[in-house]
Amino acid sequence: MADDKDVLRDVWFGRIPACFTLSPEETTEREAEPYYLLLPRVSYLTLVTDKVKKHFLRVMKAEDSTEMWFEYEGTPLKWHYPIGVLFDLHASNTALPWNVTVHFKNFPEHDLLHCTSNSVIEAHFMSCIKEADALKHKGQVINDMQKKDHKQLWMGLQNDKFDQFWAMNRKLMEYPTDEGGFRYIPFRMYQTMGERPFIQKLFRPVSPEGHTLTLGDLLKELFPAAICAEDEPKRFQVMIHGIEPLLETPIQWLSEHLSHPDNFLHISIIPAPSD
Amino acid sequence: MPSSLLWAVDVYGRVYSLSTAGQQWEHCRDAHLEFKRVTAVQQCCWSIACDHNIYLYVHASEVPIRYQEETYENQRWNPVDGFSDRLLPSDRWQWSDITGLKHQPLGDFQLPSENWEWEADWYIDENFGGEPTEKGGWTYAIDFPATYTKDKKWNSCVRRRRWIRYRRYKAQDTWVKIPSEQTESLPDPFNDITCGGWEITEEPRGCLALWAVSLQGKVWFRCDINHHNPEGSVWEEVPVPGEVVQISCGPGDLVWAVLWEGHLLVREGVGRDCLKGSSWVTVESPSPGVGVVHVAVGVNVVWAVTKDHKVWFRRGVNSHNPCGSGWIGMVGEMVMINVGLSDQVWAIGFEDRAVYFRQGVTASELSGKAWKVVSVPRDSERSHSSASASSLQSAGCFFGGEVRLQSQASMLSDADAETERAGGEVVPTPEIGDAPKPRIPKVTSDSFISELVSDREGQISRRDVPPAGPSIPEEDHPEKELEDRASPAQVLSPSQSGGVDPQWSNVDLEEAQTHLTSGPGGDAAETSSLSSVATYNLALEEPYGLDEPPKWAWVSGGGCLVECHTQLNWFNSSTSTALNSSMQAMSLSITPAQTAAWRKQIFEQLSERSKREMENFMHYEQAIEQSVWVKKGTMQWWRDWKPHKWVDVQFALEQFSGVEGNKDGILFIYYTFNDEKKYLHMFINEVTILVPVLNDSKHTFAIYTAERTKQRWPMRLAAATELEMHDWLALLSVSCCDSRGIQGPPSKQAIWSVTCKGDIFVSEPTKELEASPYPTPCAQMFWRQVGGHLRIIESNSLGVVWGIGYDHTAWVHTGGYGGGFFQGLASSTDNIYTQTDVKSVYIYENQRWNPVTGYTNRGLPTDRYMWSNASGLKECTKNNTKPPSPNWTWVSDWTIDYAVPGGTDREGWQYAADFPASYHGNKTLKDFVRRRRWARKCKLTTTGPWQEVPPIPLSDITILPCGPKSTVEQVSLWAISNKGDILCRLGVTSLTPGGSSWLHVGTDQPFKSISIGAVHQVWAIAKDGSAFYRGSVSAQNPAGDCWYHIPSPTGQKLKQVSVGRTSVYTVDENGNLWYRHGVTPSYPQGSSWEHISNNVRKVSVGPLDQVWVIADKVQGSHSLSCGTVCRRLGVLPMEPKGHSWDYGIGGGWDHITVRGNAMEAPRIVMPSLTDNQTATRPLQTSNQPEMNGNPVGC
Repeated sequence: MADDKDVLRDVWFGRIPACFTLSPEETTEREAEPYYLLLPRVSYLTLVTDKVKKHFLRVMKAEDSTEMWFEYEGTPLKWHYPIGVLFDLHASNTALPWNVTVHFKNFPEHDLLHCTSNSVIEAHFMSCIKEADALKHKGQVINDMQKKDHKQLWMGLQNDKFDQFWAMNRKLMEYPTDEGGFRYIPFRMYQTMGERPFIQKLFRPVSPEGHTLTLGDLLKELFPAAICAEDEPKRFQVMIHGIEPLLETPIQWLSEHLSHPDNFLHISIIPAPSD
Repeated sequence: MPSSLLWAVDVYGRVYSLSTAGQQWEHCRDAHLEFKRVTAVQQCCWSIACDHNIYLYVHASEVPIRYQEETYENQRWNPVDGFSDRLLPSDRWQWSDITGLKHQPLGDFQLPSENWEWEADWYIDENFGGEPTEKGGWTYAIDFPATYTKDKKWNSCVRRRRWIRYRRYKAQDTWVKIPSEQTESLPDPFNDITCGGWEITEEPRGCLALWAVSLQGKVWFRCDINHHNPEGSVWEEVPVPGEVVQISCGPGDLVWAVLWEGHLLVREGVGRDCLKGSSWVTVESPSPGVGVVHVAVGVNVVWAVTKDHKVWFRRGVNSHNPCGSGWIGMVGEMVMINVGLSDQVWAIGFEDRAVYFRQGVTASELSGKAWKVVSVPRDSERSHSSASASSLQSAGCFFGGEVRLQSQASMLSDADAETERAGGEVVPTPEIGDAPKPRIPKVTSDSFISELVSDREGQISRRDVPPAGPSIPEEDHPEKELEDRASPAQVLSPSQSGGVDPQWSNVDLEEAQTHLTSGPGGDAAETSSLSSVATYNLALEEPYGLDEPPKWAWVSGGGCLVECHTQLNWFNSSTSTALNSSMQAMSLSITPAQTAAWRKQIFEQLSERSKREMENFMHYEQAIEQSVWVKKGTMQWWRDWKPHKWVDVQFALEQFSGVEGNKDGILFIYYTFNDEKKYLHMFINEVTILVPVLNDSKHTFAIYTAERTKQRWPMRLAAATELEMHDWLALLSVSCCDSRGIQGPPSKQAIWSVTCKGDIFVSEPTKELEASPYPTPCAQMFWRQVGGHLRIIESNSLGVVWGIGYDHTAWVHTGGYGGGFFQGLASSTDNIYTQTDVKSVYIYENQRWNPVTGYTNRGLPTDRYMWSNASGLKECTKNNTKPPSPNWTWVSDWTIDYAVPGGTDREGWQYAADFPASYHGNKTLKDFVRRRRWARKCKLTTTGPWQEVPPIPLSDITILPCGPKSTVEQVSLWAISNKGDILCRLGVTSLTPGGSSWLHVGTDQPFKSISIGAVHQVWAIAKDGSAFYRGSVSAQNPAGDCWYHIPSPTGQKLKQVSVGRTSVYTVDENGNLWYRHGVTPSYPQGSSWEHISNNVRKVSVGPLDQVWVIADKVQGSHSLSCGTVCRRLGVLPMEPKGHSWDYGIGGGWDHITVRGNAMEAPRIVMPSLTDNQTATRPLQTSNQPEMNGNPVGC
């Protein structure tokens, strides 16, 4: 039986093959070759696409080298969602590699946040971790850490150092044994069609009666449509890291093992493929 | 943590026990009687039954209680008969004790009680002071009394020999009546009993103090209870200034008693010389006017309950001030209270008669935090109606034989009565059947006092009632008697007031009388709570519905070990079974051992995902280039050059991925020297070991490479905090393991070692390690740490690994790794358990004699510190002495240690002519200085892949070494208990390394070391230093049949033995290593000892006959190390003795076992080079005592 730690590794080392093509709207001096890259699922687009930028800037005029942004089949890709979430949400049942269009012009101000430097990503990442810990431990664990410990978490993500990151992150995953889990589970539930970008609510891992709550319980409360009766055809896929865990999976276990480095459990709900 | 038992008596007098590992009260079915009180300690439980006799329940142990009887046969030589039993008239008896003063023929020995049995017949002891004698066992002397020798000389005129016979205590796991042998001095029955005192003295072993109170208020002390005499010998009366109603005795020297008037008595002068104590001091009741009814004492606590059920805690109680300083009122209303092990508190609630546990009692907070009700069900008992019937019967017989007959004759059991009524056939009986008899208060604490009252009442006012006699409690009048005395209306009242918790008003005699005569009015209201419940109980079809909470009368936690990390499943389990089961389901589903469908599905999907998303795209570029990762920190470094000192340094670990994907790293230390910035570095793949170092002020560790091992000079670093050190150690350790490709649990072949700090290290042997003639030098072995704390560790090649802690607890390896400070990634998630260890820290009090004042603490200016360590070089006062490291916490106070080698006087002093000299236990004219040793216990709590093997504490173990491809089903495992008993573990296999039970192997003397060879040759060393060989041990006969005494090397006392495939090696007390010559399959005892080396502390011989030792001192190029792992070079099948030594890791190593390594070296045929080597070069010793190179600090 594989160890639960292997799950952490599998999650961390999840990669999505992507093919970056420059948008035809961009004017180039010569034809731009597509660029192929393995993207870490747990990282952020703008954090891992320095190479992409360099690649396309070579064929562009210097004055057009404004902020780079990405789009998939007409949808601008929010860099502040983890890459895996973007993929699961928009492209999970399509052929690989993932065809991402690269833009430099016409930044969609209404859809995307600006990302001028990695420090913006770092600030976003750290604020997520802090929010998650506020839910899990009233923020006590993250506040007890030193600046360098915070740095270690960020550097672990930025440099794809699993050990470096988890040496610190395990402290964020601890909880008093007699309580059976975190105070609240930090999670975000995404769907493509919703009016809101995502759903986030206070949800405890254990019911007041002491029952372990499961992914099914969470969905029942927040997105009942995702649970289908036995005879009905499946309408939605509930996806975390590209997989569909069974509804009886304890939510606490999921939070400990399938959370992104920002300590949130990102759950994508997508319409089931109709075939 | 082994389970232990909480004992309790319910209101029907039935005895139950609750295991700390269990979740239900187990009825002690063996008890045919009902009991009034129980008092438990770990090894046994004493009780008073309703027949007023004292009963004892000794827990069965795998080591039997056996006692050696001995007598001497004396003979004198005369020219006519030679040696004969014709002695001179002035001589001693022909059969005598060792002194010759007491006549003891074989036939005069009687078993002390019917609970003993003889093991075998008398036989002659042929062992004389560790040496075998001639057949017949005679020892010779010139005359009686004189020095005996084993050799007959020309002037030997007398001789004697020793006969021995064992008797064994057979009454275990059963209640046995303690015969009251002194009928004339025990006029009245016992009313209360308390057992304790086991911490007062180590000698004799298992010594207990048992106090009892009689109905007349006298106090009695049971003499001579110890391990070899579990029943004790006689009752001695202890005079008391008043009438005592209840008494409590703690594990230490606290004894408190409750006086009739409600005041308390405290016993003073209790000590190891006088378990009974010397005098009583009175302590007032906590609240004026309201007397104390119950007291309970522990080691440093006293709790009391007053008449109004209030609970009180006594402040400031300790051994020096047994009276304490003041009372603190506590929350809760209780009827009785009991203090168990570690001063944990148990009580019985006044309202609900439930057992309560005081939560949060710790050494620093002895009064605890809150009461928590113990709510577990009782074991379902189908036969309870009969039990209740009998309990009712005997309830009637509580106070005498006549009454029992009467009640049997006149009463239906209540259960029957109820059934009848339920069937609608209420027969109007003379006893007015609608008042069922809740005989509840029979055995409650205060009811005893009311019994006492009734007792007096009888004496005072009811002497004219013949059959009831003085001893009938008023709450239990047989109806007949009531009829005689009262109207039917009043019949209700006593029986109902029986249901009442008999209020303390009963103590007032006048008032009690009123109760009896005034009918139901008085306390009818108060009856309701209890009696109605009882009525309800009895009225059910099932007289004891399991959902009905039991009513308890008495609880005793003296044998129940609960500590802060103990997980108890006793609370709230019966209130909500649904919750309970769901909680269980949760905890189960969270353990990775369980193969839940959802987990499997996640694993499968993840691997599918990796396949789908990555398999075909591995040629794509990675988004993030693998870069170097650096962890930095500040540390202190013990400078390599003189003057050595701690200097502040920057410390950095740079990690990078190697070409084949394996990781490597470099360690940098940046320091400043003469204002110039410099650094030194160390490659992670060259590090051989990371060792936490014993230091009472700094958090230090040492890093070795093969080179530094040779130098005996590691890199020593100190972190600012313990946490920081552990973070670094865990990280560096993972880094080292990564660079060597080592992960997961230790292999079955692993070599295990233990440092003097108790840290456990494991090394994975390669085939080349035992290659000949060019083995891998053992300085190059890589050691990684495994969590836990042990003193000894033993293994074999089937993966059976056992250890023994400093407190002699036995542990078995669970197959996991990590634990301790290795958390998260460096540790397995399951198979890690809490481990504790306890050891003593010693300091010495030194005094010098002067003609004016005698011995004082004023020494000469040249003297050592008046409080020092053993060497006298370091000042160690009671206050400034800290536990060995911050991981340890004190768990006791300083106490005088009497168990010092050489003996002590009554106050623990040892005398000598001057410091330092040889100390002896009695003062002579030539002695000008004296010292005594103080000990204080400290405790460590950590985690590791170890599970406790209760209950017998061990001092040595050995596991059958197996060949490389051996398939042994049952693995022989022998051990020695800490008392020297030899034990053989049954049921040990590679799947169940813990085995099932111990088999005791009888011996005539205590043992200290044992080892089993590959073909079941068992060798053992007795405490007197002699060697023994066990005959006929085989897989079929795992315990063998008899011992063969092997003479030790001349003039040497052996201390340890290790047997490999065929080689037998021993170490003596002077550090010599001996090889047994002439061992053949037909003559496995061998013929003689051959000296191999000196400077050896311990030896481990492996399944390939490889010889590894812990050397005492090894000199390196920079420094000296004490306690070093060494390997014998040149050991070959035909040359089992080898020729020289190879030096490995050291400085502070205490133990090694290579008995798991059965990996044969690849056979390379090469010309032997041994001729060039110096044959039998001694293991080098030091002449350059530089204590720096002693990193682990011993």
